[in-house]
Amino acid sequence: MPHDHASHDDPHALLPSDPALRVKALETLLTKKGLIDPAALDEIIDTYENKIGPRNGARVVARAWSNPAFHDALMKDATSVVADLGFYGRQGEHMVAVENTDTVHNMVVCTLCSCYPWPLLGIPPGWYKSDAYRARVVREPRQVLAEFGVVLPDDTAVRVWDSTAEMRYLVIPQRPAGTEGMDEEALMALVSRDSMIGTGLAGQP
Amino acid sequence: MSRLHDMGGRFGDGAVEPEAEDIKFHADWHPRAMALTVATGAVGAFNLDMSRHARESLSPKDYMRFSYYEKWLGGLANVLTQTGVITREELAGSVDPAPSPLSPRKLTADRVAGVLAKGGPVERPSNVAPAFVAGDTVIARKFAENADVSGGHTRLPSYAAGARGRILRLHGSHVFPDSNAHGGGEAPEPLYAVVFAAAELWAHPEHPNDEVVVDMWQSYLTAAP
Repeated sequence: MPHDHASHDDPHALLPSDPALRVKALETLLTKKGLIDPAALDEIIDTYENKIGPRNGARVVARAWSNPAFHDALMKDATSVVADLGFYGRQGEHMVAVENTDTVHNMVVCTLCSCYPWPLLGIPPGWYKSDAYRARVVREPRQVLAEFGVVLPDDTAVRVWDSTAEMRYLVIPQRPAGTEGMDEEALMALVSRDSMIGTGLAGQP
Repeated sequence: MSRLHDMGGRFGDGAVEPEAEDIKFHADWHPRAMALTVATGAVGAFNLDMSRHARESLSPKDYMRFSYYEKWLGGLANVLTQTGVITREELAGSVDPAPSPLSPRKLTADRVAGVLAKGGPVERPSNVAPAFVAGDTVIARKFAENADVSGGHTRLPSYAAGARGRILRLHGSHVFPDSNAHGGGEAPEPLYAVVFAAAELWAHPEHPNDEVVVDMWQSYLTAAP
């Protein structure tokens, strides 16, 4: 049987101990080797700081709430529907939308690392990547929800989706009552990032 | 549990701390570490599964003391060295860096938007036929370990190992990480969403109706007797 040698002799320990210096040292080395363009790093940072974030997902949810044909297409094949909106890309190649109802509340985690639908929600928040969330949400989702201020009725089941493969899940929160006349832009304001991970609910109008 | 990254269901981690939606990073070097990893990955010297395996193979001591992006940096330095893209001497700064033969594949600023938008889909045609349909009862493999490579990469979490679940849906055939992380090729096979009752996974489930869904490759599963 082959053996894995990946953990031996820790090459990373040759880098400086301060993490800011470690990034700098690695960037300098890779730039000198012709593998990194520092301007490309600036562009990647600008993309995820300013261009791609949870408002993409909020638009998908608001449209699903207000357009039945879009809703049905999204539930059937989320990947192609979000691609048509321009929200396809890295860490969102295979999308599935899961819908909250009176009887089921969905939540998403990656217990093994930090898998997350980047094109729709941006890079994951600190808590999503934390040991506490990864360890606990599969075992005690209701206690984790309470830490976000969410208490579910006792007759609502919780279904936690562990993103162990490259499938990325988008939670469609329940549309709040009293929003019947609202347009897509107004509905978007009620859709938080946390509500699309399942650690929150949609806001009230 | 073979490695520390496999932490689903572990006790003792304390409260989850919510944070505002506009907080993207927690230190000035975090976005640089993220971008460096993304840009280096685009060169194509290693695949996503090798990259994940490099992070989870950090020594337990480092995995626990490192912050999130420190794990990324540690994994990146290790996988670049293991694949021969950089040398230990270059990493230590004891020699001048040699130009890389991979440099023509460098991600340039003008290509960033296109590369990010293109992504890296992993659904593939496969000669492995789906063995299960939605509704079938299955048992997850007893050992949450790579079946072929001792100590190797797997995406079967320990908490679901040996558990009895039900096929929820077939996702198509996807690249198999247990092979792809170790130079064994993509070896695509059917991938399923498998739903497990919380009571099947935990001695003290919070609620009798709660469930956990895990994405599992076909070779992780057998038909329930």
